[in-house]
Amino acid sequence: MSASVAADPHLDHLREMARRIRVEVIRSVYHAKAGHLGGPLSAADLLAALYFHELRVRPEEPRWEDRDRFILSKGHSSIGLYAAMALRGFFTLEELLTFDGANSRLQGHPDMTRLPGLDMSTGSLGMGISAGMGMALGARLTGRDVRVFVMLGDGECQEGEVWEAAMAAPRYRLDNLVVIVDHNRLQQYGWPGDGPDGRMAPQAPGELVAKWHAFGWRVLHIDGHDMASILDAFEQAAAGDGRPAVIIADTVKGKGVSFMEGRYFWHTRAIKPEEYAQAMRDLGEPDPAADPQAAVAPEAVR
Amino acid sequence: MTTMTMGRPQREVFGETVAALANDDPRVVVVDGDVGSSTRADIFEKAHPDRYLQMGIAEQNMLGVAAGLATMGLVPFISTFVAFAVVRPLDQVRVLIAQPSANVKITPSYGGLSTGQTGMSHIIVDDIAIMRSLPNMAVVLPADDTEADEVLRWAAAHVGPVYVRLGRDATPRVFGPDHAFRLGRAEVVREGSDVTLISTGGQTARTLEAAELLAAQGISAHVLHVATVKPLDIDAIVAAAGRTGRVITVEEGTVIGGLGGAVAEALGEHRPTRVHRIGLQDVDVQSGPNDALLDIYGLSGARVAEQVRRILAQG
Ligand SMILES: Cc1ncc(C[n+]2csc(CCOP(=O)(O)OP(=O)(O)O)c2C)c(N)n1
Repeated sequence: MSASVAADPHLDHLREMARRIRVEVIRSVYHAKAGHLGGPLSAADLLAALYFHELRVRPEEPRWEDRDRFILSKGHSSIGLYAAMALRGFFTLEELLTFDGANSRLQGHPDMTRLPGLDMSTGSLGMGISAGMGMALGARLTGRDVRVFVMLGDGECQEGEVWEAAMAAPRYRLDNLVVIVDHNRLQQYGWPGDGPDGRMAPQAPGELVAKWHAFGWRVLHIDGHDMASILDAFEQAAAGDGRPAVIIADTVKGKGVSFMEGRYFWHTRAIKPEEYAQAMRDLGEPDPAADPQAAVAPEAVR
Repeated sequence: MTTMTMGRPQREVFGETVAALANDDPRVVVVDGDVGSSTRADIFEKAHPDRYLQMGIAEQNMLGVAAGLATMGLVPFISTFVAFAVVRPLDQVRVLIAQPSANVKITPSYGGLSTGQTGMSHIIVDDIAIMRSLPNMAVVLPADDTEADEVLRWAAAHVGPVYVRLGRDATPRVFGPDHAFRLGRAEVVREGSDVTLISTGGQTARTLEAAELLAAQGISAHVLHVATVKPLDIDAIVAAAGRTGRVITVEEGTVIGGLGGAVAEALGEHRPTRVHRIGLQDVDVQSGPNDALLDIYGLSGARVAEQVRRILAQG
């Protein structure tokens, strides 16, 4: 699916939100001196499209009953979700700097008991799709027009529970359930492979598409960094045909930061000051070194 | 010796009571792991086919689906065997249900040794120990059919995660129709002065049988039934220990961390008392008819009485 590059203010806005999510991810992880990077960066365009286009949510009323639900099943990418939520107005951008700290609402992995707007607690991989299936079933049983979105990692799809849910959801014709696989072809460590640093996730090309298809899902395969394609996939998924939909979004782990792209070891890692400056430059922000006003002083903020 | 009348199997009560609850409460659903014909979720399915959710043989997904259903305002009751509800999906129970306090009712049957000649794969003896260690989780083992019905009705009304261990087969009826279950309340089911026996679930009927046998031999046993292992009725346990100064717990499960563990913890903190624990002594299990297994593992009325006598004789 190729996207038109014609100017479209809405698409431009979404692209800008994705860029800002990436900036906030880098800033927060730099400050926290901890947190995941590769996964949040690969998911940023998808998260921007969800929070600024697709999800029916009310930031001022996070517990609104008829909201669409979103579960970040790959919970280790929490900072990407928090950045999207902050930009959307669920809480302030300053609060992002509490990420991963003690007593923060922004826990290392999403904790629904602490932060309104999180629809499920995650972090133990493989579970979000089951909870999402329960929500989609629940919406059906209670007659509510609620759609449920769940984001998985491609490494996460190695969990057996994912396929338990993949087996069960089509039996209930849950076309109000949309799974998004952030298909960045890397995981935490993975197998020896042909990535730039010699590691990879193990699927053959097309393997994930074939598997989900065989389980009875409606499969949409897109470039997960192309905003027009993402919106197009959401639109197709919304036109339910009785099957749950899965969007296999091909992405690049670490997308947007030159030295992180495609490298497994940026899955989670603290950022050094010179790396921080380079990342900000890559993302089109003022160089913190050249612009002291833009430089953030972690200790002062925390 | 007074003989107790037999109650109905608790699994049958499960199917009937939850179906009855669903007549008045549209939130009630049953989530099954392909054993509805055993757990008697089939009774529920007949009454409410659209609210019987078959998840197939996939327990991890089943518990996760239940957590999702609960967030949408439904009250899911889980139908599977105790062996497959507690351990295989434990991480799902921990992360999606216990910690966030999801309103899920984990109500498996085939608890304890009495599982219909199945053997080690289907007998799990450490469910009490595991479930009571989870935050927010209430742990309840009804004594008989009367109490099972009450507990299931209470569970539907209670907001929060609940673990209820139910039995497969009929056991003697301990409580009459005027009985009133209350969460966190233990009950004296027999008064006595020489030794305090504390038990839970279907074991309580056999503990009462043991007390009867002991009485014939001149030993007066005080029997406390602890349906709610968590939250534990510490006051009642302290009072029952005070009655005799000797405490023996009796449970159809491992003595490591189960009812005996809970009682010993409570008494250690609140009224240091010597506690003996009757139950599975860190041993392997096997298949066999219920009565044979209860005898082998020391949980029949006669075997409990014999162990109590021995413990008391040791001084
Ligand atoms: C059940 C479980 N096992 C292991 C982990 C540790 N872990 C966290 S992230 C990760 C890799 C995830 O890879 P993938 O799903 O592809 O996510 P992404 O590459 O997008 O970060 C692992 C193994 C976990 N969080 N949960």
